[in-house]
Amino acid sequence: MAQQTLLQKLEILADAAKYDASCASSGTAKKNSLGGKGIGSTEGMGICHAYAPDGRCISLLKILLTNHCIFDCHYCINRKSSNVARARFTPQEVVDLTLNFYRRNYIEGLFLSSGIVKSANHTMEQLVEVARILREEHDFRGYIHLKTIPEADAEIIHEAGLYADRVSINVELPTDAGLTRLAPDKNAGQIEGAMGRTKARIIEAKDERKRFRHAPRFAPAGQSTQMIVGADDANDTAIIGKASRLYGDFGLRRVYYSAFSPIPDASAVLPLKRPPLMREHRLYQSDWLMRFYGFAPQEVADAAGTDGNLPLDIDPKLAWALKFRESFPVDVNRAPREMLLRVPGLGTKAVARILTVRRHRNLRLDDVARLTASVAKVRPFICTVDWRPTYLTDRADLRGLLAPKVEQLELF
Amino acid sequence: MTAQKHSGQNVPPHAHYAVHLPAPDDFAFWRERARGLIQCDVPPDRVAWIEPGATGDLFGSEGPARGGDKRLPVPPADAPPVRASQRFLDVARSAALHSDPARFGLLYHVLWRLQRQPRLMEDKADVQVRRLEELAKSVRRDAHKMHAFVRFREVAEEDGTPHFVAWFEPDHHIVRAEASFFMRRFANMRWSILTPRGSIHWDGETMHEGPPARRSDAPSGDPVEDLWRSYYAAIFNPARLKVGAMLSEMPKKYWKNLPEAELIPQLIAGAQAREARMVASGSLDMGERPASLGAVDKAIHACRNCPIGELDNRAVMGEGPLGALLMIVGEQPGDQEDQAGRPFVGPAGQLLDDYLTRAGIDRSSAYVTNAVKHFKFTWKGKRRLHQSPGAKEIDTCRWWLEAERAVVQPRLVLALGASAARGLLGKTVSITKARGQPIQLEDGTELWVTAHPSYLLRLDGEARETQAALFAADLAAVQERLAELAD
Repeated sequence: MAQQTLLQKLEILADAAKYDASCASSGTAKKNSLGGKGIGSTEGMGICHAYAPDGRCISLLKILLTNHCIFDCHYCINRKSSNVARARFTPQEVVDLTLNFYRRNYIEGLFLSSGIVKSANHTMEQLVEVARILREEHDFRGYIHLKTIPEADAEIIHEAGLYADRVSINVELPTDAGLTRLAPDKNAGQIEGAMGRTKARIIEAKDERKRFRHAPRFAPAGQSTQMIVGADDANDTAIIGKASRLYGDFGLRRVYYSAFSPIPDASAVLPLKRPPLMREHRLYQSDWLMRFYGFAPQEVADAAGTDGNLPLDIDPKLAWALKFRESFPVDVNRAPREMLLRVPGLGTKAVARILTVRRHRNLRLDDVARLTASVAKVRPFICTVDWRPTYLTDRADLRGLLAPKVEQLELF
Repeated sequence: MTAQKHSGQNVPPHAHYAVHLPAPDDFAFWRERARGLIQCDVPPDRVAWIEPGATGDLFGSEGPARGGDKRLPVPPADAPPVRASQRFLDVARSAALHSDPARFGLLYHVLWRLQRQPRLMEDKADVQVRRLEELAKSVRRDAHKMHAFVRFREVAEEDGTPHFVAWFEPDHHIVRAEASFFMRRFANMRWSILTPRGSIHWDGETMHEGPPARRSDAPSGDPVEDLWRSYYAAIFNPARLKVGAMLSEMPKKYWKNLPEAELIPQLIAGAQAREARMVASGSLDMGERPASLGAVDKAIHACRNCPIGELDNRAVMGEGPLGALLMIVGEQPGDQEDQAGRPFVGPAGQLLDDYLTRAGIDRSSAYVTNAVKHFKFTWKGKRRLHQSPGAKEIDTCRWWLEAERAVVQPRLVLALGASAARGLLGKTVSITKARGQPIQLEDGTELWVTAHPSYLLRLDGEARETQAALFAADLAAVQERLAELAD
C-alpha cells in the first residue's frame, strides 16, 4: 500500500476519534506563555473554536495516535475485526499538527487517545511521549487531555498525569455484564482500579501543592469518563445510578454520555438503530440535576417511568415536579434555595437572581418574568405577591399544557 | 441631598451638556467626566454622550464645539465623593464597549441612581439594571467569540520570521480590551489582528495599535487550512445532525471568516444520506423474496443495499437451466463479466471451463452464478481493480443467491472460494478444511467447497501444480457425486 500522506492519516484518525464525546478544555490551572519560550494559555473557561454540524463543539484537536487495535470491543469502530482503513501517526507528527493548529488559533489543545498496539504499556508510553515533547521541548502551555489505558502500568499512567491537564479512563458501558459481553478484552475491576489510583494521585498532588509551591501538578483538570448509552439494555435508572457512584467514588469531574451511533461495519451483537439523541440529552439533564440542583440519584430515578427510563418528551425536572405535585406551588418570596431550584424553568442563575432581588422587595409575577427565560413554564409551580396557580397544579392535563407541542413535519 | 446643595453654585438650572468621547471604548474618560457631572448634580436627561464620528449632540442650543467639553461645570472642592458598587464597575467596564450609542447615557443614569440607591445593582428586576447586564453580557459574548473565531494565517516577513495575521469583525468595541488575551496566549509569536474597528500588533515584546483595516489587508490563505478543513469534516459525526445547536453557537455572520465554514452545507447535505447507508447496510427490509429468475434479475439491477451497488457497474445475473442438478457459485463478477453481463467469461471463467471439461462436467447443464451480484473495484488510472467483497456485503447479497437457489433447486451446490462459501453458509469457513467432502445445507442440499479458479491464476510453479491437482480432484469428486444423484 502506498505511503499515506499526513492529510490521509488525519482524516482516518480524526474520523476514528469522533465517537469520544468529551471535548472540554475548561477547569484546569491558569497558565499563559508570558515569560516562557513557547505558546499557549489556559484561563479557566474553555473555548470552543468551532462547531460541527452535529452541534458539538470543537475545542481540542481530538485524534487517535493510531486506530490499529488488538482489542475486539464490539461497539468500537476500531476493533480488531473491523474492516476500516488503518493509519498511524508518529508522536512528532501529532506534536507538529497540534502546534500548527494552535498557532492559528484553531484549537485549545490536544485530546489524544489511541487504539492499543503491541501492548497497553507500549501504547501508553507513546501517548505520554507526545505530551512530553509538547511540554518539554516546545514549552506548550495549552490544554492536553490524555486518554489513559487502564491495562497499562500505574507508573506510566502517573507520568501521563504529570504532563496532561486532564486524564480520562472510559468505563464504556453502564453495567459489568454489558462490558463482559461487548468488550471481552476489558475488565471492569481493572478500569475502576485505575480510576481509583488516579483519584488518589490527584488528591495527593493537590495536597503537596498546598505545602510546597513548586510541587508538580497532577492532572489539574481532574479525570473524566465516558459511557455508551443504548448499546446494551441498561435503562436510564441504572445509568444514573452508575454515574452517581462514579462521581462519588472517584471524584470525577464529568461523566460523558455518548449515544451509541451506528458505526460503519458494526458487529452483529449490536443494535442497529441508534437510541434517540434525546435520551442522551435527558441523561445530561439528570446529571446536571444531581450536580447543581441538589437532586439525589434516587430522586432523579423517581422521575423515570415504569420502564426505568426518563421521559423523552419532557425534561426530568418537569417530570419530577409533575410526579410530586404536593411540593408545589413554591412561594418565590419565601421558599429556601433548595426548593426554588426544584421549580421547572428556574435555573441556578435565575434562582440566584431571585434570592438577591427578594432581599429588596417582594417579587411580582412580572419581576419573575424578567428574571427567567419563560414565565409560562414557571407559572404553574410558583406563587408571588400577585399570583397563585389556584387550579393549574391540580389539573390532570398539566403535562399536556407544558410538554412541547408535537414535532413539526420536515419540509418535503 | 448634599450634592444638590452644591449644584446651585456652579450649574445653571436647565443647562445641557455634551461630552465628546475621544474613543468609543474609552471607559476611563467616561468615568472621569461622569464623576464630575455627578458631583455637580447634573441629572441624566441633561447630558449627551457623543462618540467620535457621531453627528452633533441632541441639544442644539447649548451645543459646544466638537471635542470640547470645556463648558462642563467644575465640581466644588468640598463635593462628596461619587460612589458605586464593585458590581457596577464590573458591568460598566464591559457595557461601555457595546456598540449601542445609548450605552454611556444609560451608564450615567444608573450611576446617578446609585448615589441614592447604593444597592441598586442587586435589583436584577430593575429595567435599567437588566439592560446594563444585557449589554455587558453581549460584550462578553462577543469577546468570547473573538477568542474562539480569530483565525491566523501565516505569512513570512522579509527577515524570514513567521508573522501570523488574522482578520476579524467584532460586533462591539472590544479589540483593544481583548489584546491582552492574545498576548498571554501567543506571547512568543509575532501576530496582528486586523478589524474594521482598529488593529493590534504584537511583535513578541510590545503591543502597537493601528488604524481600522480592510479584509483585503489580511492574507488570503494558509496551506495548513487544508488540514484543518479535513479535520473539521472528519470529526463531524453524520449520525447526529444538530444544525440548530451549531447555529446558536456559531451564527452564520461568523462563517465568512472561518476557513472550515465553507464545508458546512455539503456536510449537512451528505449527512442524512451517509447515515441512512450506514444503518441500511446493517438491517434491511428486503420485502418479499422474488419467486422467479426474471424477478431476481430485475431486483438485483435496482439493488443499492450495499455500497458496491453504488459503484459504476451493473448487476450480473446467473445463467443456466431451471432445475439444473448442479449450481456453481463464484465470488463476484469481474471486469469482463461486468462488461459482458454474464458470469465467468473472463480469464478465471475460461480456466474453470477447462477444468470442468476435463472433469466431465457440462457447464451448459449447470446453473452458474456469483455470491455477490455487482463488481466491487477501485479505480487505478483507467483500470478497474478487483476488490474482495466484505463479509457484510456478501451477507447482504445472500438474499439474492438464496432466491436463485430456491428457484433453480439444484441438488448439489459447488462453491468456488471462501466468499462463495460464506454466501451459502452465512459464516466463513476455511477452504482447506472444508474441501473434499459434502456439507449439508439446511434444506438438505449438498454443498461442496473448493478454491476459486482465479486463485490458481495467481500461483506459479510447484504451488500451482499442487493446487491445480487439488482443484481437479475436487471437481472429479463432484462429478462422481453428480452421477450418483442423477441415478
